Amino acid sequence: MYEHDVIVVGAGGAGLRAAIAAHEAGADVAMVTKLHPVRSHTGAAEGGINAALREGDDWELHAYDTMKGSDYLGDAPAIETLAKDAPKDTITLEHWGMPFSREEDGTVSQRPFGGLSFPRTTYAGAETGHHLLHVLYEQVVKRGIQVYDEWYVMNLAVSDEPDPNDRTCHGVVAYDVQSGAVEGFKANRGVILATGGPGQAFDHTTNAVSCTGDGHAIAYRAGVPLEDMEFVQFHPTTLPSTGVLISEGVRGEGGILYNNEGERFMFEHGYANNAGELASRDVVSRAELTEVNEGRGVEDEYVHLDMRHLGAERIVDRLENILHLAEDFEGVDGLVEPMPVKPGQHYEMGGIETDENGETCITGLYAAGECACVSVHGANRLGGNALPELVVFGKRAGYHAAGKDLGEAQIETGYREGVEEEDMELPIAPGETGLAETGDDAVADGGQLADTDGVLEGAVETERKRVEYLMERDEGIQHAEIRSKLQQAMTADVNVFRNEDGIKRALRVIRECREEYRDVYVADPSRTFNTDLQMTYETRNLIDVAETIALGALVRNEFRGAHWRQENQIRDDENWLKHTLISWNGGKPSIWYRPVILEGEDKTYEPKIRSY
Amino acid sequence: MSTQQQEPEEAPETDPEAAEVPPESHEMKAQSSPQQARLQRKQDGLAARERAADETELEGDTVHIKVFRYDPEVEAKQEPRFDDFYVPYTRGMTVLDALIYARDEFDPSLTFRHSCRQAICGSDAFFVNGSQRLGCKTQLSELSQPVRIEPLPHQEVVKDLVVDMEHFYDQMHSVEPYFQQEDLPAGELAEQRQTRENREKVKMSTRCIWCAACMSSCNIAAGDNQYLGPAAINKAYRFAMDEREDEEIKEHRLRIIEQEHGVWRCQTQFSCTEVCPKDIPLTEHIQELKREAVKKNLKFW
Repeated sequence: MYEHDVIVVGAGGAGLRAAIAAHEAGADVAMVTKLHPVRSHTGAAEGGINAALREGDDWELHAYDTMKGSDYLGDAPAIETLAKDAPKDTITLEHWGMPFSREEDGTVSQRPFGGLSFPRTTYAGAETGHHLLHVLYEQVVKRGIQVYDEWYVMNLAVSDEPDPNDRTCHGVVAYDVQSGAVEGFKANRGVILATGGPGQAFDHTTNAVSCTGDGHAIAYRAGVPLEDMEFVQFHPTTLPSTGVLISEGVRGEGGILYNNEGERFMFEHGYANNAGELASRDVVSRAELTEVNEGRGVEDEYVHLDMRHLGAERIVDRLENILHLAEDFEGVDGLVEPMPVKPGQHYEMGGIETDENGETCITGLYAAGECACVSVHGANRLGGNALPELVVFGKRAGYHAAGKDLGEAQIETGYREGVEEEDMELPIAPGETGLAETGDDAVADGGQLADTDGVLEGAVETERKRVEYLMERDEGIQHAEIRSKLQQAMTADVNVFRNEDGIKRALRVIRECREEYRDVYVADPSRTFNTDLQMTYETRNLIDVAETIALGALVRNEFRGAHWRQENQIRDDENWLKHTLISWNGGKPSIWYRPVILEGEDKTYEPKIRSY
Repeated sequence: MSTQQQEPEEAPETDPEAAEVPPESHEMKAQSSPQQARLQRKQDGLAARERAADETELEGDTVHIKVFRYDPEVEAKQEPRFDDFYVPYTRGMTVLDALIYARDEFDPSLTFRHSCRQAICGSDAFFVNGSQRLGCKTQLSELSQPVRIEPLPHQEVVKDLVVDMEHFYDQMHSVEPYFQQEDLPAGELAEQRQTRENREKVKMSTRCIWCAACMSSCNIAAGDNQYLGPAAINKAYRFAMDEREDEEIKEHRLRIIEQEHGVWRCQTQFSCTEVCPKDIPLTEHIQELKREAVKKNLKFW
C-alpha cells in the first residue's frame, strides 16, 4: 500500500496544476496516472487561454461573455471565480516560462475568439495546450512531486453509508500497467480526479483514445451525481477522416467557411449575421450540418475552411501547426487549398458535480478540469475557456484538498430531500447489470468495514477479484466490439441534432452493450502491459458515462446551447433554467434537478437571447 | 531483452535493414543543411503520396504488416518473433490505424502505446521499415510492403512495441528542465518581457513531444548510456536561449550540458534531426550550445 496526503488521479493540465498547488500548500502529494504526464490530452489544445489582462477588458466582461455563452446554464459563482482568477493564474504560467506568442513590446499576445466581446485569448501559436502541459510538468519535476505513471486507477475507496453525502473517500485502487500489480493508494487528505473528458463515447471525436471518462464513472458509481451530461460540444472544424481538430484560432485570425456553392453560408444563409464564422461553436456546428443536410455540403459530408487570403507569412507565424495537421492527417496544403471540415465531438460540458473549491458531496473527493462540472460552461463552452478552467479550478482543488482555506463555497452539492425529481418513464432500466459471478454491483465497491484501512483494503480485494475473473475466462465477447457498437450508437443518435426516438434507440443499444459486457473477457493472458485488460475496464466506464449523456438528452426537451431537440426547438427558460443531475443509487440511477444560480457577487444575470 | 544489440545474430530475426545505421548516408547529409534535406524528403514523400492517391493502387487492397512480438511472461512469445497481419486498406490509413485494426480484429494481445492520434502526445514512436517514425503520422501508402514495425531500437523492450522509457525520462530530467528565473517583475499581473525574435529563436526547441525517436536513432547514445542525448540537450537549449532567464542561470545550464557525457559527444551525424517528427533542428541546437560553451570559456573535454 502506498500512502500520501493528497492523491491526484490524472496528469493533464488540471491534475498537474492541482498537484503543484497541493504541494505549495505543504501537502505530500502524488499523482497516479494511466499516461505519463506529457502524453495527456491537454497537449492537443490549440487555441488559448481566456483572461482579462488588458486595458479595456475586465473580469466582469469575461464573466458576462461566459454566462451568455453558457446559454444561462452556468452558475454565476463558478463563472465569476473563473473570470477573477484567470488573469493572475495566466501570468503565473508566464512566470514559469510558458512560451506565449508576443507583441512588439514583448508582452503576451491575445487574439479574438468566438463569443468574446474582447480579444482576450492568450495563446502560444496554435499549440497552447502543448506548452501549458509541458510548463506544468516542468514545475512538477522542479518540486520533486512523485508521479506513478502508467498506473491505471480502477476505483475509489469510499465508505458505504446509505447517503452519499455522508461518505468519505480514503484513496484509490490502481493497477500498475507495467507489472499488472493491483495496489491501494491511501489518501490522508483527499483524492482529486482530473481524468479529462469522455470523448471516446463517440466515434468521431477530437479526443484521444485515452479519453474514456474513467473519473466520471468511478465518482458516479461511488455516489457523486453527474451534472448536465447532455451538453456535449461538437467542434465545428475537425478533419473528416480522423476527427483531428483544426483550431478555432483559424477563424479567429479570419478564416472563412464556404459551402459547395462557394457561399459564405454563416452570413448568406443567416446563421449568424453579426459574428459569422466566430459565432459560438454550437451555432457553427449546426450551420455546417444544415448546409450538408440541405445538399450544399462538399461530397455530401463536409464544408470548406479557407485561410489562404491571410497570406503565407501570417499563417506560418500564427497557425503553422494547422498546416502540419492538415497535411499529415488529411493530405491538404492549407496554403494552396481550403481545408475540409465537419463537426466532431470535442468537449463534455457536464461532469462530476463540484463546488467552486473542486469538492464533491463525498468528503475528501475532488474533481477538476473537463471531468468536473462546477459549472462554468453550462450548455456551451466558449473557445479558450477550458484551459483557464484547468489552471483555476485545478489550483483551487489542490489548495483545498491540502487544507488551505478558500472561503465557503456558494454552490451546494449532493442530492437533498425535496429537490425536483424526474418521473419520465424510461425506455430501458438504466444502471448496472454487474458482472455475472462477482456480485460487485454494490454502491461503493468497497468497504463494509468502518475504519479507513478497511475501506481501502476491501476496495483493493474487490478489484483483484474482478481482474482474476476477467482474466480467467477464456471465451465471451471482446471489449472492442462493445465499445465500437456504443460509439456508433452515440454518434448516430445523440449527436448535434437530437430527437426522442433517436435517443431512445441509443439507450436501448447502451442497454444491449451492458448485457453483452456481462460476457466480456480479456484474451491477453499476460500480466505485463496488458492493455486488453485496461481497455476492458475503460469500456465499462464508457457505458456508464454514455448512458448519462443519453438520459440527460432524453429528459431535457428544449434547445439550449449545444443541446438541440427537434420536438422543442426553443430555449425554454420557464421550465429548464436548471441543471440535470443523475445519481447512481447503487446501480439504479435517478434523475433530478437543481436551479441554475444566476445571482453573482454584485449582480444578477438576466437570461437574454443568445445571438451573435 | 533489448533491441540494443547491433549484431544481426542477436537481432530478433535476420533483418539487415534493421541492423543498419538509420537512414541515409553521411555524404548525402553533408550536401545541404539537414533542415533542407528533410523538407526535400517531405516533399518527395508528399509527391509519392499524391501518386499513390491518384492511382489508388491500395484502395480495396489489404496491407501486409509484420509486427515484432515479445512478452517475457507468455511462453509462445518469450522468443521474439514477427507476426504477419493483413489489414484492409482505406484511404489515409496510417501505421497506427493498421495496428489498431490488427489488435481489435485479430489479436487483442497486440500491445503498443498510443493516445492522441495527432502527433502531439509522443506515445507511438516505432521503428518502421528501418526508421524511427510516429505511427500516427506515417501513411501506409508511403511505405513499401510488407511494412515492418518494431519497437524503438536501443531501448529495453517491455512487450511487443512497448519500450521502457525510464532512461529517456531520466536524461530529460537531468538537465533541470524547468524555468529557473527567480527575479520576477513585481506584482502578480506583471509579465516578463520577451522579444518576438527571442521567442522565435526558442520556438522549434519548445515543440519537443518526448517521443524518443531521436535518442533511439543516435549511435552515440547507443554506445554511451550516460550521454544526455539529443532531446535532453534540446530541452537545455530551450531554456539556455530564453532571454527571460539571466546570464548566471544560462551559465549554470551550459555547465550541465558541456559535461563529459554532454554536447561534446555529439558527432554531428544528423540522424536525430532526420527522424524528428516535429522537425526540430536538433543537431544545429547541439552545435550552437557547443559554440556558446566555447564563448563562455568553459572548460571542455
